[in-house]
Amino acid sequence: MNSPIIHLSKIRYGYPGGPLVLNELDFHLHVGDRIGLVAPNGSGKTTLFHIIMGLIKPLSGTVEAFGKARRAESDFIEVRRRIGLLFQDADDQLFSPTVLEDVAFGPLNLGKSRDEAVAVARKTLDFLGLNGFEDRVTYKLSGGEKRLVSLATVLAMEPEVLLLDEPSGALDSSTKDKLIEILNGLDLSFVLISHEFDFLSKTAGHIYTMDGGRIRFDQELDIHTHEHAHLMGKLPHRHL
Amino acid sequence: MIKESFAEGSSWMHGIDPRLRVTGAVAFAVVVAVSYDFKALLIALTLSLFMALSARLNFQAVLQRLLAPVVFLLLLWAVVPWTYEGDVLAVLGPLVITRPGVALCAQISVKTVCLMLAFMALVATMTVATLGHTLNRLRLPDKMVHMLLITYRYLFVIEQEYHRLVRAMKIRNFHPKTNLHSYRTFAYLVGMLFVRASERARRVHGAMICRGFSGRFVSLRVFPHNPRNYLFSIGIIFSLALLVALESAK
Repeated sequence: MNSPIIHLSKIRYGYPGGPLVLNELDFHLHVGDRIGLVAPNGSGKTTLFHIIMGLIKPLSGTVEAFGKARRAESDFIEVRRRIGLLFQDADDQLFSPTVLEDVAFGPLNLGKSRDEAVAVARKTLDFLGLNGFEDRVTYKLSGGEKRLVSLATVLAMEPEVLLLDEPSGALDSSTKDKLIEILNGLDLSFVLISHEFDFLSKTAGHIYTMDGGRIRFDQELDIHTHEHAHLMGKLPHRHL
Repeated sequence: MIKESFAEGSSWMHGIDPRLRVTGAVAFAVVVAVSYDFKALLIALTLSLFMALSARLNFQAVLQRLLAPVVFLLLLWAVVPWTYEGDVLAVLGPLVITRPGVALCAQISVKTVCLMLAFMALVATMTVATLGHTLNRLRLPDKMVHMLLITYRYLFVIEQEYHRLVRAMKIRNFHPKTNLHSYRTFAYLVGMLFVRASERARRVHGAMICRGFSGRFVSLRVFPHNPRNYLFSIGIIFSLALLVALESAK
């Protein structure tokens, strides 16, 4: 029985002047879990991620990561090294002039030397099929390219857990397929927020939803296929 | 918005170590600023012309950039010669043009053009990103360099936000007029830009600390060794020594 790497207990949080978004929330993530989270807008999914990373401090409740309780800002430094967060808006994640510098930012902060950081950055870009992007200017990239580059910036830190906030938003179907392929090829645990069921069904192992400020583990969504019929069904085809 | 057209060049000036260029430009500026001897100033002007030629700057672009300072200088010439006390050079009706007044205007004009050219040739020939890293290497405080680089990056982001807001106004048929509605709309525009900028800054800071940022700025840039660097250093030191000598020999 492996102990959870992330364990949130009785978390309560509400934005200043507003109602409680998270109300006695419990959450746990074990090694190898690939969890999908789908819930209506405003249910607190992004807030949950920000609390795990220590960007927001909950009003009450405990945050435990990698076996230790995390309370102060300094406790979260280790958390941020081992958990990667992919923001909903890729523009918030890219702040260096060129792609190579942005991807190398994480490794450099982890203490690697300049040459090691550049090597890791190049390897990560290569893994994502982004060779040739090293000297591109970050703010001149297209939406899909920005999304993949921001994924590269997070993966370059070689995290054990990935938190992805709507990674497939505003991506065309071929970039989405690429993303699905990449996620399935990664050897780490992740939590994926998405509104798209078939994206989740191809990547996540369990899908949970959020309701009333808590995660509904009991209402696990089952992945299944529907059978249907239409003309020329025997010929190979895809539904978009 | 910021084009950095001088930074994309391949003259020998572009190949000189940026640290030498920045230090040279600052030293040159200091020496020229305190020089009042005309021989020294004219030699300084020739030097900056030589620098501009070595950097192969586009002539039209240089003139465009000199336009704003020249307008300021014209204002100066319109006011100072006849309001500065001293021995008379000429009398034009009620206006008395004094020799020291004209001399001062001439000195300021030469210094302005000289320093503008020098900075265009030495500093504007590198991108703002390179300038930031150079200043970091020259031991300027991390926070200042950080602010310079982030400001540069976010000028483009804020410009994008501005265009987004203006587009939203235009498609709802906003036409600026001199009425309260227009003033209020522009006030909202400026206010929204501030709010959005600060929100974005907060999110980017979150992204940076999630990737381990702790205030220290580490740059990837290496400055390759170039033998012409020595020539440049010697040239600058010699020229500055000459200017100082001319100035102190008054």
